[in-house]
Amino acid sequence: MNATGIYGLMAEFDAPESLLEAARRAYREGYRHMEAYTPYPIEGLPEAIGFYHNRVALCVLVAGLVGALSGYLLQYWISVIDYPLNVGGRPFHSWPAFIPVTFEMGILFGAFGAVIGMLALNGLPRPHHPVFNVSRFELASRDRFFLCIEARDPKFDRAATEQFLRSLGPQEVHEVEE
Amino acid sequence: MNQLTSLHLTLNRIERRSLLVGVVGLVLGGAGFFLDRSQFFQSYLLAALFWLSITLGCLAILMLHHLVSGRWGFVIQRLLESGARTLPVMAIFFLPLLAFGLHDLYEWTHKDVVGQDELLRHKSPYLNVTFFWARAVLYFVIWFALAHVLTKWSWEQDRTGDPWLTRRLQAVSGPGLVLYVLTMSFAAIDWIMSLEPHWFSTIYGFLIVVGQALTTFAFLIIILAVLARHQPLAEVVSRSHFHDLGNLMLAFIVLWAYMSFAQFLLIWSGNLPEEIPWYLHRIKGSWQAVAISLMLFHFAVPFFLLLFRRTKREVRMLVAVAGLMIIMRLIDLFWLVVPAFQPTGIPIHWTHVAILVGMGGIWMTVFAGQLKARSMIPVHDPRVQEALHHA
Repeated sequence: MNATGIYGLMAEFDAPESLLEAARRAYREGYRHMEAYTPYPIEGLPEAIGFYHNRVALCVLVAGLVGALSGYLLQYWISVIDYPLNVGGRPFHSWPAFIPVTFEMGILFGAFGAVIGMLALNGLPRPHHPVFNVSRFELASRDRFFLCIEARDPKFDRAATEQFLRSLGPQEVHEVEE
Repeated sequence: MNQLTSLHLTLNRIERRSLLVGVVGLVLGGAGFFLDRSQFFQSYLLAALFWLSITLGCLAILMLHHLVSGRWGFVIQRLLESGARTLPVMAIFFLPLLAFGLHDLYEWTHKDVVGQDELLRHKSPYLNVTFFWARAVLYFVIWFALAHVLTKWSWEQDRTGDPWLTRRLQAVSGPGLVLYVLTMSFAAIDWIMSLEPHWFSTIYGFLIVVGQALTTFAFLIIILAVLARHQPLAEVVSRSHFHDLGNLMLAFIVLWAYMSFAQFLLIWSGNLPEEIPWYLHRIKGSWQAVAISLMLFHFAVPFFLLLFRRTKREVRMLVAVAGLMIIMRLIDLFWLVVPAFQPTGIPIHWTHVAILVGMGGIWMTVFAGQLKARSMIPVHDPRVQEALHHA
């Protein structure tokens, strides 16, 4: 049903409450591939468009564990295998002394995991995006709230979706070109 | 109205049962005094420290709440205030300890020991009975003043609706929090660290302070889960409040582990004869099992469980973790205090249980009584509408 050359349809709202309500109704209607654009974070909006889980937390956990483990193994390799030194008669494998570096490496890699994972998952930096084809979209960083239903949504239909969006009481409905 | 009374019925039930448990526990525990005096005071010190930690934890978290005004704070504000109001009872519980127990507990009160010990002689300007008493009185006076002022103004706001009282609460909370950390650090040095008067650690006071906050968060989660079944809390308490409290508990678990390990690492690295015996007593024999269980169940297991969002949003799971934390806090306190008397192995004695439970019964009676007397939500706080609206 996809009309070629169209990225989606975008409804413009002038209040966060209307956007929130519109997003909830669109989700109830069965739309899944949609995105909301607002000047500031709105509580409950991610859930309204069906965005519950982001995998950044998982990236942080995995990266943190990898960092901690490699930090520990690095010290183990240095102090036990490559260059064993007798420090105050302690065993070469003195785990308490390894903990601070292990901890710091865990934090460092966790932070990398957070930043890189976030960028990888949200696709930034991205110099261009079809929504910029709508000239009024620049208001999304000022005082307007946008809900875009994408053409790749299986339920998307050029006419029916536009009619549905209009029924939500937006300021305007824009066609987003590819 | 009907549902309001369901809360009152629950609180009445808690109050009655706690009183019964408290009286029975204390009578049994009191018998221990005549059977084995020093064992009695060891158990008594442990129990008093544990229940004081929830009282002061409530006071500290109350001040933290006034400073940061997080939405998690408004649903527990009355719990915190009621907890802080148990302070007079804790002061009464500490009286027999300070009046009659010092000679049984603290080596430095023995003149003959101090006379032969160069180090203890040098410490005696600080570690002597008169100054010890004076400091204890000072700590309680400061804590009592803070608890009194903070609860009085908050309840005055309930009556009058004066929004400016919030400012005054905030103005007291900043310096109050600093005072609490300072006084509790010194109290920890006096009451716990001086059990082994040769040993010292500068992070010890903070470790106790963090432990108090952790115990209290675990306690609050359990109590809130019970009371949130009834109105008016049922209407305002949501999963996200438990999520916030779970996150705070996680933060204090990590902080506890960080500080415990920092202390251990420094003493282990230094390996000095006046420092290391403290740890040697605590990792030898059956104490080793306790030390390992602390690493596993006071840190590793709850840490990984609380990383998951589900654990914090499913009230039952969160309550289970909080219950584990209460038990581990007790074991940690036991591990800190008791090896001073019994370095060879774990002495489980019936007075430990009797006095702990008895004192807890009385504590809960007073707590429930305080809770009954006021509204469960600070409705006139200017910040509360917004906080509850967004929850």
